[in-house]
Amino acid sequence: MLASALIVLRETLEAALLIGIIAAATRGLAGRNFWLAVGLGAGIAGSMVTAGLIETIAELAGGVGQELFNASLLGVAVLMLGWHNIWMARHGRAMAVEVKAVGLEVRAGQRELSALALLIALAVLREGSETALFLFGLAGSEEAGRAGLLLGGGLGLMAGVALGWALYSGLARLSMRHVFAVTGGLILLIAAGMAGQLGRLLVQAGLVQPLALPLWDTSAFMPMDSAPGKLFHLVIGYEAQPSGIQVLFYGTTFMVILLGMVWSTLRCVRPTVSGNAVGKPCLESHACPPAR
Amino acid sequence: MKLLVITLLLLPIGSLAAQPEFSLSIKDHRFVPAELRVPAGQKIRLRVVNQDGTPEEFESPALAREKLIAGHATARLYLGPLDPGVYTFIGDFHAKSARGAIVVE
Repeated sequence: MLASALIVLRETLEAALLIGIIAAATRGLAGRNFWLAVGLGAGIAGSMVTAGLIETIAELAGGVGQELFNASLLGVAVLMLGWHNIWMARHGRAMAVEVKAVGLEVRAGQRELSALALLIALAVLREGSETALFLFGLAGSEEAGRAGLLLGGGLGLMAGVALGWALYSGLARLSMRHVFAVTGGLILLIAAGMAGQLGRLLVQAGLVQPLALPLWDTSAFMPMDSAPGKLFHLVIGYEAQPSGIQVLFYGTTFMVILLGMVWSTLRCVRPTVSGNAVGKPCLESHACPPAR
Repeated sequence: MKLLVITLLLLPIGSLAAQPEFSLSIKDHRFVPAELRVPAGQKIRLRVVNQDGTPEEFESPALAREKLIAGHATARLYLGPLDPGVYTFIGDFHAKSARGAIVVE
């Protein structure tokens, strides 16, 4: 029972933590809960469909369909996380400084939220399809003690959700200004880690060369199946034996998103007093937060 | 010209066919054989035949591979060229019993 609980927990955790972070990062945007629920629901439904089609997907593209499918999910998720962070670099601080300004941003906020719903659906889909396959496989098997294993799976799922919720609650305690900085940093690391995984899958599919395999080996120091290894894998995308291409994908994504965030922050135009006349609200998306 | 292009395009397929293929089975949540010997310095194909009705995930950080295999299904992996050494792998859904290694020599 414990074994199946741990398997499901591990598969659930990544998506649950991402949802917790996104939920904290979009605090204060109208209609957030609706869009989160849409993303979660679509992801769960998609997971079940994908689990049912696993053999069909695997046979696509000459036997590397699974790799390409997961790589596409990761690719879209990385793009959306990057875009979210760059968007937030501009809007988040304005939102933190003046919550009233959010009203002006409701339109942009809705667009952002519907995109985040898709992001959550993708995250849930990637991890959820494995969980669904595992649980369906158990449910359909004749194994002894499968009721206990299924119960364990259910408990693992709940534990994952609870941890995601705990992270959200912790982040929600931060002040608005800090929450955007913290979630922005976490999302930057998660996106880079996902890009690294994408690189690994492309190697597995035979589409790119691994460059160096492994580039370094810290498996004796901090193995992937140890608790710290898992934790660091989850938070910063740690790999004990990464290939060169994996590190290249990680580093490039990290730098591109970071530069995008810096550019987006600098691009805003400080409104002059005359341009900010009463009755003519300045476009908040182009306004710098006031100097402290 | 056309012929040349087609020949060049088909070259990778030819080289795939030339890769030696090795086979592993999963039975009662164990890998059979638990130790597989393969040659160093060349690409190989690995077939993993899941004879169990339950799904399994072939996972190996050392080989940088992770692949889901449905019940009663076969997965194909392309590996290498590998340096001599021992590369362990596990079946992630039954990590206690499903353990094995590829010995490259």
